Amino acid sequence: MRISTDMLRIAVPVASLLLLLAGVFYLQPRAMSYNGLNLLFNLAVPIALATIAQMLIMAVNDLDLSMGTFVSFVACVAATYLHDTPILGVLVLLGAIATYAALGVIIYLRDLPSIVVTLGMSFVWGGLAVLILPAPGGTAPEWARAVMISKPPLVPMAIIASVLLAVFAHLLIMRSSLGVLIRGVGGNQRSVQRAGWSVIAARASAYALAACFAVAAGICLVGLTTSADANIALRYTLLSIAGVILGGGEFTGGRISPVGAVIGALTLTLAGSFLSFLRISPDWQIGAQGGILIIVLAVRLLLNRLESKGGAR
Amino acid sequence: MKALFAKPWIWSFVAAVSVWLATIGVTGGASTVGLSQAALTFAAFSVLVGIGQMFVITLGPGNIDLSVPATMALAGTVALKYMDGQNGLVLHGLIIAIFIGGGVGTLNYALIKALRIPPIIATLSMSFVVQSAAIWTNRGLRIKPPQVLADFTTSTSLGIPNIALVALLMSAVAWVLLHRTPYGRWIMAIGQSLPAARMAGIAVDGNRFVTYLFCAILAAICGYLLACFSGGAALNMGSEYLLMSIAVVVIGGTAVAGGDSNVPGIWGASLFMFLVVSMLNTYGVGAGVRLIMTGVIIITVILLASGRKDAIR
Amino acid sequence: MLLPPAVFEVSDAAVRFGEVRALDGVSLAILPGECIGLVGHNGAGKSTIVSVINGGLTPQQGEIFSDGTRLAPYGIGVARNRGVRCVFQELSLCPNLSIIENTRIMHRTLGGFGWRARARAIIAASLDAVFPGHGIDVGDQVGVLSIAQRQMVEIAMAFSDAGQPPRLVILDEPTSSLDAGLATQLLAHVRRFVAAGGAVILISHMLNEILETASRIVVMKDGKIVAERAAGGFDHAGLVKAMGSVATHQATARRSTGASQSVLDLPMAKGQPFRACKGEVVGLAGLGGHGQTRMLLALFDHHAPQWWPRRDPAVTFVAGDRRENGIFDRWSILKNMTIATLSDLSRRGLLQDGAETARGATWKTRIEIRTANMENPILSLSGGNQQKVLFARALSTRAPVVLMDDPMRGVDVGTKQEVYGIIRTEAEAGRTFVWYSTEMEEMQLCDRVYVFREGVIVAELTGDAISEHNILAASFEGTAA
Repeated sequence: MRISTDMLRIAVPVASLLLLLAGVFYLQPRAMSYNGLNLLFNLAVPIALATIAQMLIMAVNDLDLSMGTFVSFVACVAATYLHDTPILGVLVLLGAIATYAALGVIIYLRDLPSIVVTLGMSFVWGGLAVLILPAPGGTAPEWARAVMISKPPLVPMAIIASVLLAVFAHLLIMRSSLGVLIRGVGGNQRSVQRAGWSVIAARASAYALAACFAVAAGICLVGLTTSADANIALRYTLLSIAGVILGGGEFTGGRISPVGAVIGALTLTLAGSFLSFLRISPDWQIGAQGGILIIVLAVRLLLNRLESKGGAR
Repeated sequence: MKALFAKPWIWSFVAAVSVWLATIGVTGGASTVGLSQAALTFAAFSVLVGIGQMFVITLGPGNIDLSVPATMALAGTVALKYMDGQNGLVLHGLIIAIFIGGGVGTLNYALIKALRIPPIIATLSMSFVVQSAAIWTNRGLRIKPPQVLADFTTSTSLGIPNIALVALLMSAVAWVLLHRTPYGRWIMAIGQSLPAARMAGIAVDGNRFVTYLFCAILAAICGYLLACFSGGAALNMGSEYLLMSIAVVVIGGTAVAGGDSNVPGIWGASLFMFLVVSMLNTYGVGAGVRLIMTGVIIITVILLASGRKDAIR
Repeated sequence: MLLPPAVFEVSDAAVRFGEVRALDGVSLAILPGECIGLVGHNGAGKSTIVSVINGGLTPQQGEIFSDGTRLAPYGIGVARNRGVRCVFQELSLCPNLSIIENTRIMHRTLGGFGWRARARAIIAASLDAVFPGHGIDVGDQVGVLSIAQRQMVEIAMAFSDAGQPPRLVILDEPTSSLDAGLATQLLAHVRRFVAAGGAVILISHMLNEILETASRIVVMKDGKIVAERAAGGFDHAGLVKAMGSVATHQATARRSTGASQSVLDLPMAKGQPFRACKGEVVGLAGLGGHGQTRMLLALFDHHAPQWWPRRDPAVTFVAGDRRENGIFDRWSILKNMTIATLSDLSRRGLLQDGAETARGATWKTRIEIRTANMENPILSLSGGNQQKVLFARALSTRAPVVLMDDPMRGVDVGTKQEVYGIIRTEAEAGRTFVWYSTEMEEMQLCDRVYVFREGVIVAELTGDAISEHNILAASFEGTAA
């Protein structure tokens, strides 16, 4: 039987998620319930959305250091304008998406390091967020709140949302022509250019799509927390990068996996709960996330080695 | 004069001095001494971490140390805990901080090398683990620093803050390392072209390792001093220095693509960053605008720097 | 004249890269139903003419016609629309995408709902036609394919038809990574394609492939077409002769290589082992990309320092690809020159400016670097002088062995002669040189020459046996592998 590389790429994150989940259920059988699962994965949904956004940027060989502040900014917009004056709120968010597309173009045209440009943007988004919401507060739009706390029968909302997100992102990025083009730019920009495509358009759409997912992340987050503040999602920058890598994505070469990214985000969220069930101090939650990242990367290196040794096809 | 204006770091000083003048202009010179001393003090901390980050960035594209804030927090916490406010243990504390920095740096490069992952991911995973270790040791306690150190870090000699003198000393060491030793030449060569450096017979791994070590140790020393200065270690005390350390390097005129760095620019940029904040405060502008200005400045600088590169080619 | 108009015609094309004339007034017409075999040694201009035809390179002089109409302006897009397809030696697919997805990228018009099924059908049909029984799953990612499979996909991609049929297919060394069976399949397909009215340009170092497949053979040398005949007009020996220069002259007298001590050994996986002795100039010959650079890098990696700087390096390297792995373009000439010997130029860990300047001055006069001031930026120098700086960098180390990776690429004749002199002097002083070059006359300066083909040393020539004819004969495969 032959295992495709895509399968192998996804196998490690799936295995780590299942392992953690098994551990949690073993330690705390009560988590194996509707409410238990919802609690475990609730906060994973916005992280997963932000991870998909980061993944799109990484698909074109860039990196977004402003993801956390951007999601915070969106959360602030959602808790104020989008709630009070929906039309203005939508316009602001559309403007933010257009800004992202423009960034993608400028970074390519001027050959700028994406890390530094997005670093600068992180101050800008952070500043805008503070201007909009100087103190924690605001109110989540009712519909966002309703969606996030809804209780569909049988399967909790957090699981449904994660699965839907994984399927949608997979169709968009792995199956559509646009997705192929974006990944092609990451894989071999010259040959995409040679075949007559516009690299500028491809990069602009990658950035714009990323912004759309990040906007969704911000709205989801507000739906869960009911109010926002300017620092609400700062951790997302590092978490989203970690999630992409954990899910089998790579820094360069357009090698990404949307399903893996969602699983990566779930794994990172679960790590914290697992520790608390182990009665290990929650101090180590972040450390566990780092540890999982290191272990998964080590396992992947090992698998690659084995594959290149055995796979002299 | 002409030669002076050809230096890439001069603009950060021009900017810093203009902002300084603009600020004391408003206050009518009443706060000149106080403002200058505060600027020197706070700039000194940015300088310490900025120098380390600059050495890492010198190594070329993709080299960045994201574990700086975590290292600062851990070193500050552990050192203060060990000293426990006793004046006799000041040196021990410093040595412990340096050892922590050395440990983090070594582990950083070990990860980069062993897992063959980009430095960003390696230092990111490491920062998660280190941050957790800091949370665990800290446990929300706020231990006071030894009185000697608290006095030293908050007082001045000949009108210049002691912290600034320490930073000046470290800058001098960094300048000598960068421009007067083979090591400095080697890392600049590696940053310009890794293959060319290898072919020229430079011990690439050794030099990169030492650089990551140096960066982590500087971050640790900075954490030690900052904890003493602010009267106790706080877990989030390093967080603003992640972006700041990269920002001062970029604004200081160091090439983001690596291979061309300068020490003076770090001072200009650090002073500038602090003075902008105090100027806007004087004018009564809020934190939001301040942040946005910072972001706009970073992006403008990187755009201008890329224009300069075009002119040469 | 009953001849149909040429599918493609280049008339009087000239391309110059600085001092080098890559193409010197070449005219070439390709008729439908014709397979042109293009042969020539390194630097003959084969790749340049291919780049001109596929639109990647605009010649400084000359015109391009297709079906009797002049094409101006001409570029990659126009070429594609005219049905020109290329298979290069380097990878032109996206390794992170599946074969189907690569087909989507290559054919822009393939979009719309259900494109996956259409792309699958197109590429599978083409693979089946060219390589029956290929056993490649078109759903696989390109990155996981073996080199031979990648090459097969590249070839099938060029022959694939998504509404715009290929009319002229250029194959640059298409069989270099295919085994004999696959090569036979490909050549059979080329014949079928040509019989159906298509046109093919075939470049190969396997002369029998050319002789068996091509209907017309074009021989290039020094940017010119030196012979052009119907395939029947050549035989193997005739082709090798046509590629060589008419007048061969011995450049310098060589020393006889006695049984002196060996300073460098490298056992090879296959073929003859490599060995170099003290004071010897060892040449590595053969067509470009046949394992010479890889061997030099293996030699270098084996001896180069990784963790700790060494004062006495065992080997030093002169790169030919200056921009990639030679010069440091932000630095002055002096810094570029001294980077390999900084340990010698420092005392107690600090660099000594005086010593560095003195070292620079010595070498500036010794190898005549043409600059007013060694503090000028390295990029202010001409390519040849930049190369001299790299030589000075290597020769000023104490390494007993100098590895050279085609160091004279794009260097003017005068500079070359000066450097040849330096190499000779240094060799007589006891230094060993291992010299890969694609130029015949440089091989004739060596004491001993290894000829590479397909990653293996296939011949060792010494003394008078080092001749253009012998190197050519060994570089080009005589009989089918």
